[in-house]
Amino acid sequence: MISSKKGPKFRWHILVFLAPAVLVYTAIMIMPLFNTLRLALYSEVDNATVFVGLANFRTLFGEAHWADAFWNALGNNFWFFFVHMIVQNPIGILLAAILSHPRLRFASLYRSAIFVPTILSFVIVGFAWKLILSPIWGIAPSMLDMVGLKSLMAPWLGKEEYALTTLALISVWQFVGIPMMLIYAALLSIPEEVLEAGEIDGITGAAAFWKIKLPLILPSIGIISILTFVGNFNAFDLIYAAQGALAGPNFSTDILGTFMYRTFFGFQLQLGDPHMGSAIATGMFAIILLGVCIYLFAIQSRMRRYQF
Amino acid sequence: MNKARSNLLNSFAAHAVLITYTLIALFPVFVILINSFKTRKAIFREPLSLPNADSFSLIGYETVLKQGDFFLYFQNSLIVTVVSLFLVLLFGAMAAFALSEYRFKGNTLMGLYLALGIMIPIRIGTVAILDLMVQTGLVNTLWALILVYTAQGLPLAVFILSEFMRQVSDDLKNAGRIDGLSEYTIFFRLVLPLVRPAMATVAVFNMIPIWNDLWFPLILAPAEETKTLTLGSQVFIGQFVTDWNAVLSALSLAILPVMALYVIFSRQLIRGITSGAVK
Repeated sequence: MISSKKGPKFRWHILVFLAPAVLVYTAIMIMPLFNTLRLALYSEVDNATVFVGLANFRTLFGEAHWADAFWNALGNNFWFFFVHMIVQNPIGILLAAILSHPRLRFASLYRSAIFVPTILSFVIVGFAWKLILSPIWGIAPSMLDMVGLKSLMAPWLGKEEYALTTLALISVWQFVGIPMMLIYAALLSIPEEVLEAGEIDGITGAAAFWKIKLPLILPSIGIISILTFVGNFNAFDLIYAAQGALAGPNFSTDILGTFMYRTFFGFQLQLGDPHMGSAIATGMFAIILLGVCIYLFAIQSRMRRYQF
Repeated sequence: MNKARSNLLNSFAAHAVLITYTLIALFPVFVILINSFKTRKAIFREPLSLPNADSFSLIGYETVLKQGDFFLYFQNSLIVTVVSLFLVLLFGAMAAFALSEYRFKGNTLMGLYLALGIMIPIRIGTVAILDLMVQTGLVNTLWALILVYTAQGLPLAVFILSEFMRQVSDDLKNAGRIDGLSEYTIFFRLVLPLVRPAMATVAVFNMIPIWNDLWFPLILAPAEETKTLTLGSQVFIGQFVTDWNAVLSALSLAILPVMALYVIFSRQLIRGITSGAVK
């Protein structure tokens, strides 16, 4: 857009208004992002940084112990995301559907209470659940005993086959408030006339939900999915707080965030390597970019926009 | 009659589901809080009962306050959060005003450039951010965290605030111009007060992730004197894993400030989300 009344005077105030934000954003966010991508192409040889092209990526995908760790982390990350999608979204939609009922009492009380876990830090959530699920403390076993399911008790966070799913469910517990709120807002914005028109045609109750409301909240579900995707693929804090940087037991809860942290900073006998760390960050960047592009081009552009 | 009964049944079922989920959401917090006030024996013998005269004990809190510098951590978290929010709001509002008010070459491009950061997490650039902070000597200072959180918060802030600033009436601004006000005065005196609700929304959205972040404090400012409350409690709990009184008390101390913030700002937060400001 070019100004129609382009005067000879340079409008300094535009520059003054824009400069601080653009400078901070460029220096702290955009430049480091590209620098990280660039660092992935270098390596440390004899205390000097040399350009090695794609060698770091060849190591990452070619050498067995690197490649195994990477695919393990990526696979775990997809499972982590999958559990969120099939558990978090249905629970969020159910709660929102109940809350949006016009004559429901105490709605705001429920809403605030269910949102509480979302505001807690991963450190609190991770340790709190670690204590509760701990076989030493006995809260989980005695509660299962109350409902007669004591045989189901297992050290969920300590067993390789359960640990990742348990952590994903803990994360769902923490974040269910966000889909609930966004879908609640979408449901409230459906105009009364649309529902009344359906009622006249005999569509009420559950049918009204499936046939009228659900199609109208699909865009919100799309937004929640991409937010969850981006959040899950740069998650780190919960795993680190609950299982430590080694993402135990036996790396069964390792995701890309913890893998990158370990590679970058080193652990136990392995030294930290910023260049391999950058290579993994580049991988994460590519995955997130791919997800965002799929959302923007394949999902959002096909979704019909309803105008009321 | 029949319809009324089925309505009653429905609303009973609705409350049952909501109460069940509310209990699931609050149970862990409740268990941590009540057990932090109990003796070690009572924690293990009756984890679900409230502390009574027999089992009441503050031994955990004594250990925590003696060993960990929680007031310093709290102060660090507070400084980082407040200064970052101030900078996000000030810089974000200024940029949003420039983008929504003036037509100039590259306006749309600049808007897109600033919006990139909404979807791309700043953590991807961590390796180079640490490099930058080491080179500028900002590592292990609160400024490192403040700068990172400011950069992280700006994209969404500019996006939301420019949407709101487009709705501010042109007549008002032009009246100001005729009265000889400078563009700066128009921004600070006329426009900013009008977008205050949107600023509050942006502040609340940014506040919780900044306060709770573990990644950047761990990497950029792990020194004892710059630890935030989140990192401080993480390290402290890691050291005291076998001292259950201390761990439970440290968790409770970490929960309290966030809960206080939530109680103060929950209405703003919920209104912000449900007004569809993030779409």
